[in-house]
Amino acid sequence: MRPTARRTGRRPHASADAPARETTLLAVVVVGGALGGLLRWALGEALEGRLPVAVGGVDPGLLAVNVGGAFLLGLLPGLLHRLEASGRVGRGRRAVLGALAGPGLLGGFTTLSAVALLTVGPLRDDRVVVAVAQLLGTLVAAVAAVALARRLLPVEPAP
Amino acid sequence: MTAWVALLVAAGAGLGAGLRFVAALHLDRSWPHGTLMVNVVGSGVAGAAVALLDDPGGADRAAAFLVVGLAGGLTTLSGLAGQVHDLGWRRGTAYGATTLALATATCAAAYLLLG
Repeated sequence: MRPTARRTGRRPHASADAPARETTLLAVVVVGGALGGLLRWALGEALEGRLPVAVGGVDPGLLAVNVGGAFLLGLLPGLLHRLEASGRVGRGRRAVLGALAGPGLLGGFTTLSAVALLTVGPLRDDRVVVAVAQLLGTLVAAVAAVALARRLLPVEPAP
Repeated sequence: MTAWVALLVAAGAGLGAGLRFVAALHLDRSWPHGTLMVNVVGSGVAGAAVALLDDPGGADRAAAFLVVGLAGGLTTLSGLAGQVHDLGWRRGTAYGATTLALATATCAAAYLLLG
């Protein structure tokens, strides 16, 4: 019913609402992504030459960025759920916050292209095992970080 | 100038993140085609840019925009890890392995062909 829709501030058809909302989400993702990328670059500049580079050309700074970013992404659903459950954030704002922090900030902060670039050297030198270990090690550590974060902050809190 | 480099990194990363978001929104289904695509394309962009640019370290403005910014923002490891986790053991492993294989192959091919 239209009056009800008007009272709650929602438009009667979701489709009429969709384009504007998508643009809003896209805008916050762009802003978050710019900040995340900037943070990754600044961290790389700050750590340049200060971290030991382990055997096989593993970049510990890049690994920390990617695994740390994955951990924070794993915390996000539980965090947003708690914010909404506490009544401080509505459903619409939850979606905006989620886009800003998830695909935006953390998506821009973490990167696969830099990991792929790191494997080019070993691949060229026929050290395929080093390249594969580098790739798998990064992804396995990141997935483990997501799993740990989801356990620490589940979406459905234990009663 | 460091300020220019920072601005170009931010612009590239913002653009990359926006493109990644649109691709994921329209192409990600139970199998995340969109995220897979941007991870592969972004890794290819990084490989090509590093091969073609003189100083790919990031001091160079083109490298700051293309490699650190655009390719870095277009690709995501946190999103990939989240999807692998949520897809479960079998599909997650298949999706993760596919992404790593295609992204690395594209990056290496672009670098070696253009370098």
